[in-house]
Amino acid sequence: MSSWLDYTINGLIVGNVYALVAVGLALIFGVSRLINFAQGSIYLVGAYIGWVAVVQLHTPLPLTIIVVAVAAALVGLIIERFGLRPLQNSVRIAPLLATIGISFVLDQLVMLTFSPNPRALPSQLPDVRFQVGGGTIGPLDLLIAGVGLTSALLLFVFLRYSKLGWAVRAASQDRDAAMQMGVDVNRVNQAVFGIAAALGGVSGMLVGMYYNQIDTAMSLQATLKGVVAEVVGGAGNVPGAVIGSLLLGLVESYGVAVFGTSYRNLFAFLLLVVVLVLRPNGLFASARQAPPEPLTGTFIAPSRPVPIPRWALLAAAAIFAILPLFPVSFYVLQTLINAWLLGMLALSLTLVAGTIGQVSLGHAALLAIGAYTSALLSLTFSAPVGLAIIGGGLMSAALGTALISPSFRLRGHYVSIATLAIGEIVSLVILNWESVTRGPIGISGIPPLSLFGYELISPTSIYWFSFVVMVTLALLQGRLLSSHLGRSFRAIRDDDIAARAYGLSLNRYKSLAFIFGGFAAGISGGIAAHLYSYINHETFNTQQSILALTVVILGGLGNVVGAIVGAVALVGLPEMFRIAAEYRILIYGIVLLLLVRFRPQGLLGTM
Amino acid sequence: MAEQHTMLSLRGLTRRFGGLTAVDAIDLDLAKGELVSIIGPNGAGKTTLFNLVTGLDRPDAGQVSFEGQDITGFSPERLAGQGIARTFQLGRVFGNLSVMDNVLIGAHTRLRAVKPAVPVIGPLLELGLALLRPSSVRDEEARLREEVKTILARFGERLLPRIDQPAYSLSYANRRRVEIARALALRPRLLLLDEPTAGMNPTETAEMQALVAELKAEGLTILLIEHKLEMVMRLSDRVIVMDEGKKIAEGPGEQVRVDPKVIEAYLGHGLSGTAEQESAA
Repeated sequence: MSSWLDYTINGLIVGNVYALVAVGLALIFGVSRLINFAQGSIYLVGAYIGWVAVVQLHTPLPLTIIVVAVAAALVGLIIERFGLRPLQNSVRIAPLLATIGISFVLDQLVMLTFSPNPRALPSQLPDVRFQVGGGTIGPLDLLIAGVGLTSALLLFVFLRYSKLGWAVRAASQDRDAAMQMGVDVNRVNQAVFGIAAALGGVSGMLVGMYYNQIDTAMSLQATLKGVVAEVVGGAGNVPGAVIGSLLLGLVESYGVAVFGTSYRNLFAFLLLVVVLVLRPNGLFASARQAPPEPLTGTFIAPSRPVPIPRWALLAAAAIFAILPLFPVSFYVLQTLINAWLLGMLALSLTLVAGTIGQVSLGHAALLAIGAYTSALLSLTFSAPVGLAIIGGGLMSAALGTALISPSFRLRGHYVSIATLAIGEIVSLVILNWESVTRGPIGISGIPPLSLFGYELISPTSIYWFSFVVMVTLALLQGRLLSSHLGRSFRAIRDDDIAARAYGLSLNRYKSLAFIFGGFAAGISGGIAAHLYSYINHETFNTQQSILALTVVILGGLGNVVGAIVGAVALVGLPEMFRIAAEYRILIYGIVLLLLVRFRPQGLLGTM
Repeated sequence: MAEQHTMLSLRGLTRRFGGLTAVDAIDLDLAKGELVSIIGPNGAGKTTLFNLVTGLDRPDAGQVSFEGQDITGFSPERLAGQGIARTFQLGRVFGNLSVMDNVLIGAHTRLRAVKPAVPVIGPLLELGLALLRPSSVRDEEARLREEVKTILARFGERLLPRIDQPAYSLSYANRRRVEIARALALRPRLLLLDEPTAGMNPTETAEMQALVAELKAEGLTILLIEHKLEMVMRLSDRVIVMDEGKKIAEGPGEQVRVDPKVIEAYLGHGLSGTAEQESAA
C-alpha cells in the first residue's frame, strides 16, 4: 500500500502546481469575468526563462525563482496593457478571442526562439529521497509545496491587508460600484495580471524541473488544467481554485495508478465536464446564485453584413468553377483544395460560433470523428468512398452533438472551455481506444476519393469534387439561415434569456445547429482522410480549431460567404507570399488579435 | 370580481438570496381581463416576482397557478407555450435581429407547420422542413409576417418604417416598443409588463398608456410593474404595493394611495410618524 501514499503525495504536489496556475485564473476571472486562455502561455514562458537562467546564466535557485517571477509578471503586464485594456468597452466575445490570439502568438514566439524540441531543465536540488511513512518525498516536492504555501500566504496577506488587495476584492465583488467609489480598475487589473503571471511563470518552471523536461506543448495543457481546477473550485473563487487544483491532482494521480499514464488527461477533462454539467458554478458555490444581471451588451459586435450582389457571387463561383480549365499549376489547385476543405470547417464553425454564439475551441474534433468514421467505413466495411464520407458527416453530426450537449446550458467563456475539453477528450479516446482506432499507430492505406466507382486521383477532379461539396453545403446553410431556424439561432445568441421567455428551447436549437454544423465538419474531415490516405489522433488538432476560428472572425461571425472568403484568404495569402510554415500560426494569431481590436465584425460583417 | 375566472394565482411565493428575502410570502390573484399593477420602491422585489412567475427563477417556497394548473418551477419556454408573455425591465431585444425578426420570435410558440408536434424526431423534422420549405411552411411564415405588420401598426409610425433595421440601431423607447410588439405576437393570455415606460418622455408615456388601455379593453389580462403613479392610477383595477419583498397594501388605487404603510415605504421610516398623523387627521 506504500505506493498509494506515493500516488497521494504525487497528486498533492501536481495539484500544488495546478493551484499556482488556477489561482491566477481565479483572480483574473474575479476582476474581469474573463477566462485568460493565455495563462498557459505565460507558464510556458516561465519554464523557458527558467531554462535560460539555469542552463545559460547558471543562477542559483532562489535567484532563478525571482527572475522567472519578475519576467513572467512583465509579460502579464504587457498582455493586460496592450492586449486587453483596449478592449474594455467592446463586446464580450472580444477579450475571450484576444486571450486565445495572445496565447498562440506567445507559444509560437517561444517555439521559434527555442525550437519545438524538448529540453531538459535541471532542478538544481540534490537528488535524494526521504522516507515518509510508507512513501518517499524529495527536496523538489518540498520546494513545490513550499512555493505553493508561501504564495498562498503572500496572496492572502496582499488581498487582506494591502490597499491594492482591498481594491482587488472590491472590484471582484462589484466592478461598477468599485469604480464609482474611486477604485482605479486599471491598476487593479494590472496587479491581478502581474500576480497571475508571476505565479503561472514560476509554476511552469517548477513543472519543468519536476519532470526535467520542457517543451512547447506544455502551454495548452497548463491552460486546460488550470481552467479545470478553477472551474471545479468555482470560477473567480481563489480558495476554491486551490482546493480544485489539489482535487484534480489527486484524481489524476489515482487515475494514472489504476489505468495508466495515457489516461491522465482524460480524467482531468471528464472531471471538468462532470462539474460543468452538475455544478456549473463549481463545487463550492451556493446551490443557486442570484439570477444573472440583464446583459445590456450583446455577445458579438453589432453590425450589418456587407451586401454582396448576387451577380458578384455567381461570377466568383463561375470563375472558381472553371479555373482548372485554364493552365494553372498543380500547386494553385492544391492550395485551393485546402481552402475548400477549410471552408467547409469554417462554414460549420461560423454557424456554431457565429450564428448561435457557441464559440467552440474543439471544432477539429468534429473533423476527426468524420475522418475516422469515413476511413473505417471504407476500410473495414468496404463502403464506397462517397457513402463513407456521408457516413462520416452523419456520425460527426450525431456523436459531435451528443458530446457537446453537456455544454448547452453554459454561456460565453464556459462554452469555449467545455468545447476545448471535449475536443481533447475525443483526441484522447482516439489515442486509447486501440481496438477501433488503432491507437497511436493511426490508420493508413485509406482508399482515395472515388465517386460512383470512378477514382478521383487527378488534382482537377479533386478540386471540382471538394468545390462542389463546399458550395452545396454553403447553399444549404444559406437556406437554413433564411428560415425560422436562422432567426431562432441568432435570437439565442443575442439574448438566451429573452429567447427562452419566448419559448425557444436552448437544447433543441443548439442541438440543431451542432447537427448541421457537425455534418459539414464531418464531411470535410471525411474528404481529408481519403486525400491524406493516413490519419492519426494528431492529424486534426487544436491548431486547426484556432485556424478555423480565425477564418470565421475574419469573414464575419455567422457570415456564410465570409467563411469561404476567410478560408481562401488565410490559406491562399501565406502561400502567395511564400511564408514559411513555422511562421503561419504566428501570423494567424496576430491576424486574430488585429481583427478583434480593429474590425471585430470581420471583413463581411456579422450576420 | 370574486365569481370571475381566476387567471393567475400566487400563494406564499417566496424567494431568498442569501440573507435577503427578495420576495416574501406573496399572495396574489388575478382575474381574467383584470389589470393589476405592482408598485413599490426600488429593490422591493417586483422584478424578482416577475421572474418567479415566468420561470426565469424558481421560488424557495410557495405556489404559482395559471388557469387552475400548478405551474411552479416550469421552464420559461414551457410557460411561453402556455401563453404567458413578458417584457423586461432593462429591455432585452435581440440586437442583431431586425424589428421584423424580433417580433417573429414572439410568434415562435405559434409555429405549427414547421414544428410538427412529433416526439423524438420532431427537431429533425423541423430542420428538414426549414430546409425544404413546403408550401405549408411558406404560407405560415407569410401569414405571420403580415400579422407582425399589423402589430407594428399599433405603434403608429414608430416601428413600421424601421421594420428591417436591426434592433441595436433603435432608440431606447423604440426598443421598449419592440419588446411589447414581440410579447403581443405570442398572443398572450397573460401579459407581464415590467416598467414599459421607463426612460420615455411624457408624450411617449401617454402613447404607451393609451396602448396598454387598448389592450386591457380588448380583454387581455395584464400584470404591470410601473413607477409612474398617474398611469398606474388610471389603468389599474387594483394596485399591489410591495416593500422589502412583502405585500404591504392591496386595493383600488385611491385607497392604496393614502395607505399610511405605503407612504411610509415611499417616504422612508423616519417620516412614518408624521405620515400616520396626517392620514389619521
